[in-house]
Amino acid sequence: MSATVQADPATPAGSASGLSPRRPLGDRVFQVLALASGLLVLVILVLIAITMSQQSTAWFSSEGWSGIFSIDWDPAHNKFGALAFVYGTVVTSVIAIVIAYPVSMGVGLLLTEVVPRRWSQPIVYVIDLLAVVPSVVWGLWGFLILNPWLQTIYAHIASAVNGIWILGNLFGPLNGNYVSGESFFTAGLVLAIMITPIVTSLSREVMATVPAADKEGAYALGATRWEMIRGVVWPHSQVGIVGATLLGLGRAMGETIAVALVVGASPTIASHLFIPGYTMPSVIALQFGEATVGVFRAALIGMGVLLFVLTIIVNLSARAIVGRNARRMRGTA
Amino acid sequence: MQLRGSKQAAVAGGAVIAALALAACSSSSSSSSSSAPASTSSAPASSSATASTSASGTINAAGSSFQNTFQQAAISAFKSVNSNITVNYDSVGSGTGRSDLYSNTVLFAGSDSPIPASEMSKVPAGKTVLYFPVFIGPITMAYNLPGVTNLKLTPTLIAEIFQGEITSWNNSAIAAVNPGVSLPSTAITVAVRSDSSGTTQNFSLYLTKAAPSVWKLGSASTIKWPSTAHAGAQNTGVASIIKSTPGAIGYVDYTDAKASNLSAALVQNKAGDFVAPSPSGASTDAASATIASDLTFAAADASSAPTAYPISYQSWDLVYSVQPNANDAAMLKAYIGYLLGAGQQLLPSLYYAPLPSSLDQKAVAQLNQITG
Repeated sequence: MSATVQADPATPAGSASGLSPRRPLGDRVFQVLALASGLLVLVILVLIAITMSQQSTAWFSSEGWSGIFSIDWDPAHNKFGALAFVYGTVVTSVIAIVIAYPVSMGVGLLLTEVVPRRWSQPIVYVIDLLAVVPSVVWGLWGFLILNPWLQTIYAHIASAVNGIWILGNLFGPLNGNYVSGESFFTAGLVLAIMITPIVTSLSREVMATVPAADKEGAYALGATRWEMIRGVVWPHSQVGIVGATLLGLGRAMGETIAVALVVGASPTIASHLFIPGYTMPSVIALQFGEATVGVFRAALIGMGVLLFVLTIIVNLSARAIVGRNARRMRGTA
Repeated sequence: MQLRGSKQAAVAGGAVIAALALAACSSSSSSSSSSAPASTSSAPASSSATASTSASGTINAAGSSFQNTFQQAAISAFKSVNSNITVNYDSVGSGTGRSDLYSNTVLFAGSDSPIPASEMSKVPAGKTVLYFPVFIGPITMAYNLPGVTNLKLTPTLIAEIFQGEITSWNNSAIAAVNPGVSLPSTAITVAVRSDSSGTTQNFSLYLTKAAPSVWKLGSASTIKWPSTAHAGAQNTGVASIIKSTPGAIGYVDYTDAKASNLSAALVQNKAGDFVAPSPSGASTDAASATIASDLTFAAADASSAPTAYPISYQSWDLVYSVQPNANDAAMLKAYIGYLLGAGQQLLPSLYYAPLPSSLDQKAVAQLNQITG
């Protein structure tokens, strides 16, 4: 810092422009505290990544790259391949957003276009209640009630589509007649219910930014309500809704206890959706307690690192998309 | 306020350097951390293992969830015997319990299996671990077959069922062992644990000992079950699957099978007799186990006695022989001595089996090896 501060015509007197010794003590203290808080978050994130990676090196050195991404997860025979869990995480999350995306978009449209304004508050309230239910309650409900009930439904669907070209591979039975209530699909369904509130509320906000002038213009040209939605609301809000769905995807990928209780805990890679599977957060939660210290434990921690990296990537891209859309909307308003 | 370009770089660089420095400080292994006693020190303790000791403080322990019911009952009963010592037991699983012992976070760890070879390098150098067995428990083959009581199973049949090789109840191999019983043609649904567990470890250990030519899935706290198995979390999850699925069979701890009112199969032991699960059958089985000098043993399928129930397992409390101070040693002797003495009376009402008396005596004698 220089002892003499040049008077800069571009910055008005007293503005914040560096840690100048001339500024009041309170301001400086506040600035340092605010910086420290921001840095703390960054430091914690970096620390988590570093310490977890350190603890998982035994996995890498024991298995090598090909071993880590192999299908075989068999602790009894010292095999720790994580591919089945990555597959399960991806499949359940994709099912979740495939179900949640149209539902959330529909509810968003309902709230912004269809329902009178005074009814939208209670409906929003009810949807947000879904978000308040603890994740373990979803898991218990899924395990005790949803799984047995869905098993009979899956059995009917599976026998109906058995042998049909793509449907049979997706929804048909495995090895003749095997379907299970604890399955990829049930986990995806529970995840969809859990991420719907967040995706809905974000979609609703994005849809509310559609300029009224554009909507009235569409009506003036003779469009029906559906044509107006398709021609004005959707193009404006699509990118934002996709971003919201990606945020929901980030949440779905990390959801642990609800999925652990309903997914069936069987590391499998198969196209069928009505069979038990396994996801990365579930295996960590279910197997960490008894994991022997050594490669087993390092493998679970390593999967935590993998999950951490994946969710960061998904969340960052989601925020980038939503942010870009918001800037675009502000520009046209 | 916007930081200008060079300042942004400086802040980011500072953050990364700070994080790396903190990581370097914290990543020291457990052997380099100070072996701080996990309790408060106080007056010198007597060296006897009786309940009346002048030791006081807190014992922190963690480990096997199989032991948890017993530990909680013993902890509250121990308070009336010795109110100066408080014990905390966290049911986090055997693996985490042992890991806590290696890092000196707990004074003793509950574990359903001895320290595996792969973990021996994690034990701090120069430290000897003492094993104190605490009780024996049966694992039941719980099943749901309306109309069929007293189902009989051999180890070979159990291995084949859990490997998915026998898929329906009226299979001729099952019928051969159950003459006169009309078995339905229901498909067999295998119920297993989704979470890793000492129960799974010891059940699979039993199968490797009793049906070695048939059982191929090995023995570990997590087994690669056939993909047609249904998995539930904890014994209660497996019990719930069995209860709600006709034709289901699974392995459930005796306490939880009794609590859920499940039918349990009679299992053929080494003597050839079909025995129902019971605490006394488990004790009889454990009485013939080969006890190593460090008091490790495997109760599964150990006995050729006619009343032995072969699927039995055990749990130990692991303690370092050399404690950091005399108070810790005295507290451990007091509490573990209680578990091995009056605490064994608590077991029958919890549906566990007490240790065979010869084993109990050896364990009590081993208490003298705890020094501080």
